Amino acid sequence: MAPIIELERVAKTFAVRHRAGRLRRQRHEVHAVDDVSFTVDPGAMVGYIGPNGAGKSTTVKMLIGILLPSRGTVRVDGRDPSRHRIAVASRIGVVFGQRTQLWWDLPLIDSFALLRHVFRVPAARHAATLATLVDLLGLGPFLATPVRQLSLGQRMRGELAAALLHEPPILFLDEPTIGLDLVAKEAVRSFLAHRNREAGTTVLLTTHDLVDVERLCDRILIIDRGRVIEDGTVDGIKARYGTERTLVVDLEAPLPPVAIEGAAVLRVEGPRQWLRFHRDAHTAADLIARVAALAPVRDVAIEEPAIEDVVRHIYGR
Amino acid sequence: MGDVTATAGTYGRLVGGRIRADWQYRTSFVLFLVGQSLVAGFEFASLAVLLANVDALAGWSALEVAFLYGVSGLAFGVADLFISQVETAAVHIKAGTFDHFLVRPLGPLLQLSAAEFAPRRLGRSVQPAIVLAVVLGRLDVDWTAAHVTLVPLTIASAVVIYGAIWVATSSIAFWTVETQEIANSFTYGGNELTSYPIDVLGRWLRRAVTFVVPLASIAYLPACELFAKPLPFGLPRAAAWAGPIVAVVAVAAAGTIWRTAVRHYRSTGS
Repeated sequence: MAPIIELERVAKTFAVRHRAGRLRRQRHEVHAVDDVSFTVDPGAMVGYIGPNGAGKSTTVKMLIGILLPSRGTVRVDGRDPSRHRIAVASRIGVVFGQRTQLWWDLPLIDSFALLRHVFRVPAARHAATLATLVDLLGLGPFLATPVRQLSLGQRMRGELAAALLHEPPILFLDEPTIGLDLVAKEAVRSFLAHRNREAGTTVLLTTHDLVDVERLCDRILIIDRGRVIEDGTVDGIKARYGTERTLVVDLEAPLPPVAIEGAAVLRVEGPRQWLRFHRDAHTAADLIARVAALAPVRDVAIEEPAIEDVVRHIYGR
Repeated sequence: MGDVTATAGTYGRLVGGRIRADWQYRTSFVLFLVGQSLVAGFEFASLAVLLANVDALAGWSALEVAFLYGVSGLAFGVADLFISQVETAAVHIKAGTFDHFLVRPLGPLLQLSAAEFAPRRLGRSVQPAIVLAVVLGRLDVDWTAAHVTLVPLTIASAVVIYGAIWVATSSIAFWTVETQEIANSFTYGGNELTSYPIDVLGRWLRRAVTFVVPLASIAYLPACELFAKPLPFGLPRAAAWAGPIVAVVAVAAAGTIWRTAVRHYRSTGS
């Protein structure tokens, strides 16, 4: 299966001019994206994450044809998006979490009608797609409301529908859950998962909310200082970096912190104790056995590292 | 051809969307309309005073001056209605909304023109159109077939030339954002200039206007032909027909500048 997104040794350099003295202006180069190569197969859901200024948005802008790469080649659906901007535009859907693509002062339904003409979708086809999207995203109650009066969650659902009306095989999302409350975030996530599963839409999303990634993505790409520093599955990255797990034990009676080599007691709360241990130092079974040898145990639980902690650890290197 | 029709249809829909959006703010919409009509009224009054009191302006009769005003004013009005929106490129670049135009399968210029369409600008064309309609019947012109064609041809060329100047000057926004002033000094200034016969201007400025910024072809040279006056600088009579050629050259130049500008934007980011 040929990849649907391909980047090969892509770099993007911006020239920044700033004043140095009275008249002299100094020019220096900022490498927003330094050397990025990856491919995405059709139907994949990829989380593209990294700290602010790491080059996430710049990469996405090159993929959607807004920015020309300084070096390297970019292909989206087999075409160079900077040279075939218009052809690529009808094969992709784009959602910017922080800016609206909808017509601010018009009822939501009007934006959809206008986009139908912009993307030249035949009327019957449009009606069918729209009906499906309205149903899935629950847009019915506010289709006639002007976009400026929608809540952020409602608007974001509208943005998703707008981006998918022309049924693009690829969807780019730049922070689609930013600022949303938990219910709205969940609505966006389950819609994306459904869309990916049912329509086979390839999704590439940038986000700061790692729950998005954990819930949705079969693959994470971590970018830092313009380079991809990690590429793998969520579980794989956790296993590699999340080497510290926590054992929560409920003892029969409150006791002082248990002393076991290779495990540190983080907290004690009545009969409950939290022990942090290294994956390589103990297996969970081994550690439980050791605790049980010291005191009667009523219950145990293992806490796996949260993806947030793993990523914080990776960024911090 | 089908493609052009479809694009025109889409443009129409987008303009409709913009008008409906404006209608959400009715009061401000109506106030703008009233304001525009007042401005147009004052402009008309000042011209009427001028025409009533001056028999001839640098050898041109009042009617002939009114013709110049009508042609260049109408052309300017139409260009203002459809193309002046390109000035707002700077605003869209600043706000980051220019990116939205680039992810849709339409030219950004067309989308800009539709997104910022303001029907109140229609007022600008009404005035000169009325003046033109009134004077055309009273002018002492030998209305041969060629002369009859020259009038719409000149107006159409002028619309295109004004538009090209607007696009070219607004393209600077892609390098530096504060360009509206520069663009206006070319367009609004240019309109003032072509409303009067260029003889009232100094010789050097006249040269500049005729050859450097080809505004003269907009109304003056064709008017000389219609009113059987000699063309300036001993130009051949055929020069009166140069409008469409100038328009084609202007469009080619403006198109190149615009595309270079968009490419520059895409290589530098917002």
